[in-house]
Amino acid sequence: MPPIAQELLDEVALSRAEYEAIIDRLGREPNPLEIGLFGALWSEHCGYKHTKALLRTLPNTSDRLLVAPGAENAGVVDIGDGYAVAFKIESHNHPSAVEPYEGAATGVGGIVRDILAMGARPMGLMNSLRFGPPTDERQRYLLNGVVSGISGYGNCIGVPNVGGEVVFDSSYAGNPLVNAMCVGIIKDGKVMSARADAPGDLLVLVGAKTGRDGIHGASGLASRTFEEQAELRSTVQVGNPFLEKVLIEACLEAIELPGVVGMQDCGAAGITSAAVEMAERSELGINIDVGKVPRRENDMSPYEVMLSESQERMLVAVKPGHEDRLFELFEKWDLDAAIIGTFEADNQVVVSDGPRQASSTPVITLTDAPEYRFNSPKPDWLAELQSFDLAALPDLEITPNGALLKLLASPNIASKHAVWRQYDHQVQNNTVIAPGDDAALLRIQGTQRALAVSTDGNGRLVYLNPRVGSAIAVAEACRNLACVGAEPVALTDGLNFGNPETPDIQYQLQEAIAGISEAASAFDIPVVSGNASLYNESAGSAVQPTPIIGALGVLENIESHVRSAFQDDGDAVIIIGADTPWETADGLAGSEALAVLQGAIAGQPKLDLDLEVNVQKLCRSLIGRGLLKSAHDISQGGLAVAIVESAVQGNVGVTIEHDDPVTGWLPALFGESQSRIVITCNYDDVDAILRIASEAKVSATQVGTVGGDYVRIANVVNLPLATVTDVWLNSFERATSG
Amino acid sequence: MKFGIVIFPGSWSERDMHYAVADVLGYQAEYVWHRATSLNNFDAILLPGGFSYGDHLRCGAIAAHSPVMAAVKDFAEDGGFVFGSCNGFQILCETGLLPGALIRNDHLEFRCEPGNLRVESSHTPFTSQYSDGDVVAMPISHGEGNYQADDETLAMLESEGRVIFRYVDEDNEATPKANPNGSLNNIAGITNRAGNVLGMMPHPERACETVLGSSDGNPLWQSIAAAVDSGG
Repeated sequence: MPPIAQELLDEVALSRAEYEAIIDRLGREPNPLEIGLFGALWSEHCGYKHTKALLRTLPNTSDRLLVAPGAENAGVVDIGDGYAVAFKIESHNHPSAVEPYEGAATGVGGIVRDILAMGARPMGLMNSLRFGPPTDERQRYLLNGVVSGISGYGNCIGVPNVGGEVVFDSSYAGNPLVNAMCVGIIKDGKVMSARADAPGDLLVLVGAKTGRDGIHGASGLASRTFEEQAELRSTVQVGNPFLEKVLIEACLEAIELPGVVGMQDCGAAGITSAAVEMAERSELGINIDVGKVPRRENDMSPYEVMLSESQERMLVAVKPGHEDRLFELFEKWDLDAAIIGTFEADNQVVVSDGPRQASSTPVITLTDAPEYRFNSPKPDWLAELQSFDLAALPDLEITPNGALLKLLASPNIASKHAVWRQYDHQVQNNTVIAPGDDAALLRIQGTQRALAVSTDGNGRLVYLNPRVGSAIAVAEACRNLACVGAEPVALTDGLNFGNPETPDIQYQLQEAIAGISEAASAFDIPVVSGNASLYNESAGSAVQPTPIIGALGVLENIESHVRSAFQDDGDAVIIIGADTPWETADGLAGSEALAVLQGAIAGQPKLDLDLEVNVQKLCRSLIGRGLLKSAHDISQGGLAVAIVESAVQGNVGVTIEHDDPVTGWLPALFGESQSRIVITCNYDDVDAILRIASEAKVSATQVGTVGGDYVRIANVVNLPLATVTDVWLNSFERATSG
Repeated sequence: MKFGIVIFPGSWSERDMHYAVADVLGYQAEYVWHRATSLNNFDAILLPGGFSYGDHLRCGAIAAHSPVMAAVKDFAEDGGFVFGSCNGFQILCETGLLPGALIRNDHLEFRCEPGNLRVESSHTPFTSQYSDGDVVAMPISHGEGNYQADDETLAMLESEGRVIFRYVDEDNEATPKANPNGSLNNIAGITNRAGNVLGMMPHPERACETVLGSSDGNPLWQSIAAAVDSGG
């Protein structure tokens, strides 16, 4: 027999060695359908070939854990008062690069169904987005398409979108990142499982009809680099948010029915991945008759039905004899439901089209994708970037006032309310802190509790030091929670990297996961779910390595929360985590100021995890005692930007002053050293706060006073509040409206 | 006092309405499925926000022909109180229970933000617990809330005092800047001539607790209850 054509393998992104391994496992050549099944399940997207070994090293235990990471579609944590939370982040980068509106929309739809499959009512969405500079028309097209897609889909399904991040860097120009996170709530421990109970259980497909859209999404789009985007447009799925909304309600009702034992969403690789994963988890085989699948197109082959990524579909496992009530329920919601298969004791995946058997393969051959391990050395170019001398930067012609205004106008720093206001962030009546603050806060009805959620990930810092930069992403996501008063309980990670077959990317991956692991251990919280998106490259150039960390926090007393906005004239400003307000040159590593003002991405990011943990603990403790009036973490843009953001949001001026003189204004104002939080309080409480900080062995430094209608920083910055307000609030819209 | 809250398949404010009237204010409330044909058990009917049947054709266009809306029409014609917000307002216009139409926001984007409304009249069954000229905070969340009507209808609505809520700025001025969607005369909510049907784009059910930013929506439900208690 002649060897299989390379194009056939390329179409499903299998290597020749992988093809040989398939023959080895089956003891025969796979037929075309089977090549499709293997291609999908062994894709990077479904099989995690390059990340599985690394992901196993992440912290995965916690007293709060109800469903272990990896065991189901999303991890589940106990948050007290009889409630549990399922949450997960997932990428839809490649589809969004090809077709931004539908790519982003179906990214939202997919992550919502993952959470729904756990039996959870989706109660919050966030998005973490990366694009090239918005000065470029194509980037504005991508940004507007992605935001419209998120808005168009998300607003229709009745789940509030409470923010996230939008970041710009030229490394993302050819390959935007679109990560979506969903948080869902489960009452009384009624966690759903994505598995059948016993042989004979029925496999029911519910929701939308199946079409030809999205075939090869998992293997083609998500698992290799691609150059001809337009050609791949037909592999992007098209979403119908109305169907999704109906599916959510119908599935939440279905969970309550007797005999409904399992639920799984049809995501990447459609029925193939969903059904085979269910069989694997159930330790059963499965017989699927594609002839029973309701379709919206004629003459679909078993291959097309099995690999279609048509949206808004779920699989339900139901005990025989209980299917009638399930059908009645879906009929009530005007949704299709059809028995398409049965679970069997034989551990085979059998696909038939009516009486004709099209394929029979052992479950294990399909699910046990190859695992690639690597240990790549640190690239030389990285060492050079890290040793860049930040103390020897060329002098700037710009004044400190001018520099601050320029940073405030940077699309990375300027307010993104022009994006957030396009998302319904209030539906469900739980949103206490809306998008635009450090973390969003969602109260849990009928309790005093609230969930805090945040996403974070700074690609520049990870690029400069994958280990430290990734630990910083964890630290900052958790710091955002601390700034509203919440304690972190779990993380989810969206790993966005380039081609894992190259040593530099392998180094980034192995170091980044080690960094996430170190930081998560320091906070003593598990990584409960996540997603790896690799091959984020265009024209041979990879995106900055961008692990996005989603953090989930619990605030036990909703009344105690604070925001980042300054409150009243005369309030004292204190920085915790530093004994002087002024940063030194080291703090410029990977900073926005260095990029915007000096055009450089260089330096060595640093993080002291012990200090970080203590600073956050102190912040939560001060908020819990009711001593704070605001809290805001110092991140991109450093101290100067942090205080402007708090001043603008509070519509009140501020004066920052200190006995230490400002020796170099660039790092003093804009250094981004970690583990610092700006807090404010009544003047009468300053002594108590300084004492508590001292007991906690955390530096706390009084640095100024809220009030007036100017923003003043020592002898270097003096700007009217109205000016900084206009620049910070409106620059993003000016930059992105073209 | 018993509210009936209609559920279309794509509704998403029905639970928030239920929360506001039942959990926060303690009134009885029950859901009504979109295929229902009788509303005899209820004192007032609420039409929630959302996307009813997907709103693929025109917001509320399909919903206007649903079985429950035939019942709602009868209910309104018999003098029953009918309230719709957001998609509910759109459906009331499509059904003809209220005049005019809601088209795409003039800036073409979805808008979710806090809203400032002036109560133009407290002499309605929906606003008796407010005072004339009160400025109240109720959020908006819509892509198609741009109220349009022909000149004659607009003049009639204004002269008959049927514009009940108007978008205003912090100085209580109905300026173009305070108008979030391009609505004629900054109109946020209107009633029918008989005064027993009110539609508005903002979401009073989301303004039900100070922890959520405002409780200014509650007097609206209390007004309906007071009107029911006093026999309409």
